[in-house]
Amino acid sequence: MSAVMITRKVRKWEKLPGKNTFCCDGRVMMARQKGVFYLTMFLIIGTCSLFFAFECPYLAVHLSPAIPVFAAVLFLFVMAMLLRTSFSDPGVLPRALPDEATFIEMEIEAANGNVPPGQRAPPRIRNVQINSQIVKLKYCYTCKIFRPPRASHCSICDNCVDRFDHHCPWVGNCVGKRNYRYFYMFTLSLSLLTIYIFTFNIVHVAMRSVVSGFLNTLKDTPGTVVELLVCFFTLWSVVGLTGFHTYLISLNQTTNEDIKGSWSGKNRIQNPYSHKNIIKNCCEVLCGPTYPSVLDRRGLMQEDLAALAALPSTNSDTVSQTTRPVLCLQKTTAPLIPNEHTPDEAKSIADSAAEKSSSPKEEQPPSAKLPPLASPETDAEASIAKDKPH
Amino acid sequence: MATEIHNLQELRHSASLATKVFIQRDYSEGTLCRFQSKFPSELDNRIERSLLEETVKTLNSYYAEAEKIGGQSYMEGCLACATAYFVFLCMETRYEKVLKKISGYIQEQNEKIYAPRGLLLTDPLERGMRVLEISVYEDRGSSSSSPSSSSMSSACSTAR
Repeated sequence: MSAVMITRKVRKWEKLPGKNTFCCDGRVMMARQKGVFYLTMFLIIGTCSLFFAFECPYLAVHLSPAIPVFAAVLFLFVMAMLLRTSFSDPGVLPRALPDEATFIEMEIEAANGNVPPGQRAPPRIRNVQINSQIVKLKYCYTCKIFRPPRASHCSICDNCVDRFDHHCPWVGNCVGKRNYRYFYMFTLSLSLLTIYIFTFNIVHVAMRSVVSGFLNTLKDTPGTVVELLVCFFTLWSVVGLTGFHTYLISLNQTTNEDIKGSWSGKNRIQNPYSHKNIIKNCCEVLCGPTYPSVLDRRGLMQEDLAALAALPSTNSDTVSQTTRPVLCLQKTTAPLIPNEHTPDEAKSIADSAAEKSSSPKEEQPPSAKLPPLASPETDAEASIAKDKPH
Repeated sequence: MATEIHNLQELRHSASLATKVFIQRDYSEGTLCRFQSKFPSELDNRIERSLLEETVKTLNSYYAEAEKIGGQSYMEGCLACATAYFVFLCMETRYEKVLKKISGYIQEQNEKIYAPRGLLLTDPLERGMRVLEISVYEDRGSSSSSPSSSSMSSACSTAR
């Protein structure tokens, strides 16, 4: 039996289920719908460019050169936090392999006993005691696991995410255990940047109006009006959001738990994860350890090598030698396939990729295919939570 | 690498996988990573209780060390925030360092204790930190189990 060398390594991200898109050979991980994320980038970069173009020259000369410098530092920090939130793995829990799924099913059947035919099976719930409170762990039918406490299934990304907060279209990714602090730093720094730009816009207009009059000032620097509008609307939403998340952090709660009302109400249990101390809660959420990703996106698939070694000799070798490179060729020319596609879908994606001449590493969402905002829910509880306004 | 995996394939055919036992997470202390120290009944006649309990206890202590919130984690967090988290491009986080220690420990345990008994521990990181998977291989006798232990451990190291 001769070992056939494959022509191309397959990385694990290419085989991951779920509706994520990957870039830079698995280093970047985002949701499929990125339109609102591009809008966020455009608004931030656009407004800051206008500020640097129109206000900063005047303010640097008439007030202090530190103003544009500090604005630049703040802008770079905001962009770094945004990209970090958007591109990192939020804490996706990998789906159960068949052995584990079977083991769990057997345990469930053993626990439920014999269900008479025609009767609905009891809901799959496991009770655990956390800090002397009983917490229910729900079973995820998609991922075939009992979700750890605070984990939830995101229907948009089709993944279970650990310490799931919410799916944020503005950053184009879920916010979970691994990127919550980056998300918070992003909203906080964006609030500061918005307040900063708004304040210095007004200072600039005031200073210039004294010299040349209000209307002339607006005519000289038209960018100011645009900036003021953007900042005014951004202020209310982003500052409000930062305040809300500060409140959640001080109580060690997630947005998901807050919306569902998990720990509020008279008959509900108290939050078992809170240290009952604001400082401790903040420190745990913001200064806690940085959890590594359990997805191993850039690892190499072992099955290819093992499958090749197990192939029977001679004739099949030549067949596999020809088919294997062809399969690999298909992979390199086709755009990033977010998850396993049916043959029809894969063909249509390959066709659209053939039309557009771009490198395979760039993500190419097929334009003809409009991905739905939310996929049909298998978990009714989660769908109720999703229906509630964010 | 292909030939070593080739050996693993042969080994997996000869010392066939009987079953897999999963040790679940223990959530009694919150969302910290801990595994239950309850001894699975399927392993009753394969390994001594104390050995497995010792392994699980050591693993739990490693995870507790990784997730400890104290002076070092604050320093790391504040330094990282001050550099807009760019420092992680050049520095390994404490959690990653501990995970490396854990994988070394599991490999050592496999070589010394589990493989000679026809068992194989899988690093929980490969299962999403959800379960500690123990593969139980059929006991085909001492002649097949000794080459299996060395090629199993070499396959473990190549698989990383």
